[in-house]
Amino acid sequence: MAEKIQLEIVTPTGAVVSEAVDIVTAPGTDGDFGVLAGHAPLLSTIKIGNLEYKNDNQTQTIMVNGGFCEVSNNKITFLVESAERGEDIDTERALRAKERAEKRLAEAQRQQEAFDVARAEAALQRAIARLKVGEKKS
Amino acid sequence: MASLKDVKQKIGGVKKTSQITSAMNMVAAAKLRGAQEKMESFRDYAEKFNSAMGNLSSGMQSGQFPLMEAREVQTVELVVVTSDRGLCGSFNSNVINMVLKLIAEKQKEGKKVSIVCIGKKGYQKLRHSGLVRKNHVDIMAKFEMYNARAIAQDVADNFIDGNADEVLLLYPEFISVGVQKPKLMPFLPVQPVAAEDAKAKTKSTEKNEDGAEAVAYIYEPGSEEIMTVLQPLYLNVMVYHAMLETGAGEHAARMTSMDNATKACHDIVHDLTLVYNKVRQGSITSELMDIVGGAEALK
Repeated sequence: MAEKIQLEIVTPTGAVVSEAVDIVTAPGTDGDFGVLAGHAPLLSTIKIGNLEYKNDNQTQTIMVNGGFCEVSNNKITFLVESAERGEDIDTERALRAKERAEKRLAEAQRQQEAFDVARAEAALQRAIARLKVGEKKS
Repeated sequence: MASLKDVKQKIGGVKKTSQITSAMNMVAAAKLRGAQEKMESFRDYAEKFNSAMGNLSSGMQSGQFPLMEAREVQTVELVVVTSDRGLCGSFNSNVINMVLKLIAEKQKEGKKVSIVCIGKKGYQKLRHSGLVRKNHVDIMAKFEMYNARAIAQDVADNFIDGNADEVLLLYPEFISVGVQKPKLMPFLPVQPVAAEDAKAKTKSTEKNEDGAEAVAYIYEPGSEEIMTVLQPLYLNVMVYHAMLETGAGEHAARMTSMDNATKACHDIVHDLTLVYNKVRQGSITSELMDIVGGAEALK
């Protein structure tokens, strides 16, 4: 594939990825979508999940932590709260976090605290996303 | 005139003070570097965020979203960002003075004022006014995006509940290492005008870059849904930005004021050394006079 699209992943603590890639698959709030070079301008919200991009037949997976993305001028920019590369993720820790989040979620649901439920759910989603990225790596 | 011993002790004391202030200066310099880096890495995010926000908010009506609703202003909420620690010159008092002035102004207009304090120093000064609704102290040293999110969420909820019709954000803006000035920013309702400015800017730069006009975006899910997600995020970004600027400014201000303090200490030591020498010479002279007088008397 000759044409490439410039991928930028920016978090509040700096840019995580900035390179030209063949295809990007992103976790949109309405479902995953793929973006190739020359895509029409797009603005979409991103949920917690895994972002994949392929460059020279090498697939990279990054866990993104909610935000939004913008496509324009053959450039795709993700503005997310945090992003972690697959190799940086500690699977065991994520597993523990998942268990913890599940417990907390059950607890919060019992006490019907809307705020705590939302927080626990977000934590659980993050843990699941991390685990998925971790699985792919091994 | 002070005795020889007194002056000597005083010189020792001032020298020790100067040791502390110069150490604080160096610590502040090191911390400033970290804070500035944090600020710079955030700049990218903020810029891109603003341009996306600008693209989106064109064609939106202000009454459409609860966070953009412009009401008749009866209650004003001030979000005041200061540092947690003192010893940084007029850094915090500049902001606090501006807050006090603003409170007087708004109260004269018959509006109710409430305050949200971020940072201990502002809270210490403002709590006597009885207007503080919430305070977030001891978070300036090590704050993350989620601290800002909790604060922004709280302020936004308060706005939606109708307890505040206008929210203003006050923080010491980091202009350079030498200069920090208190800055007042409208926080809520979300201003569509500012976003349009950003849009005009990005559009013109886009045009210059590739000679083509920016085309209408595809919105997923819909533009309104994105807006409801983006607006709270936008508030986070603003609070976080203010906190970052305060963090960097605090260290810069402390660096300057500690440098001044160290210089002042050296001046005092210099002056006291002169006094010390004078006193010593005086005592030697009077002792000599005694000896000479004693020798004369024996003759």
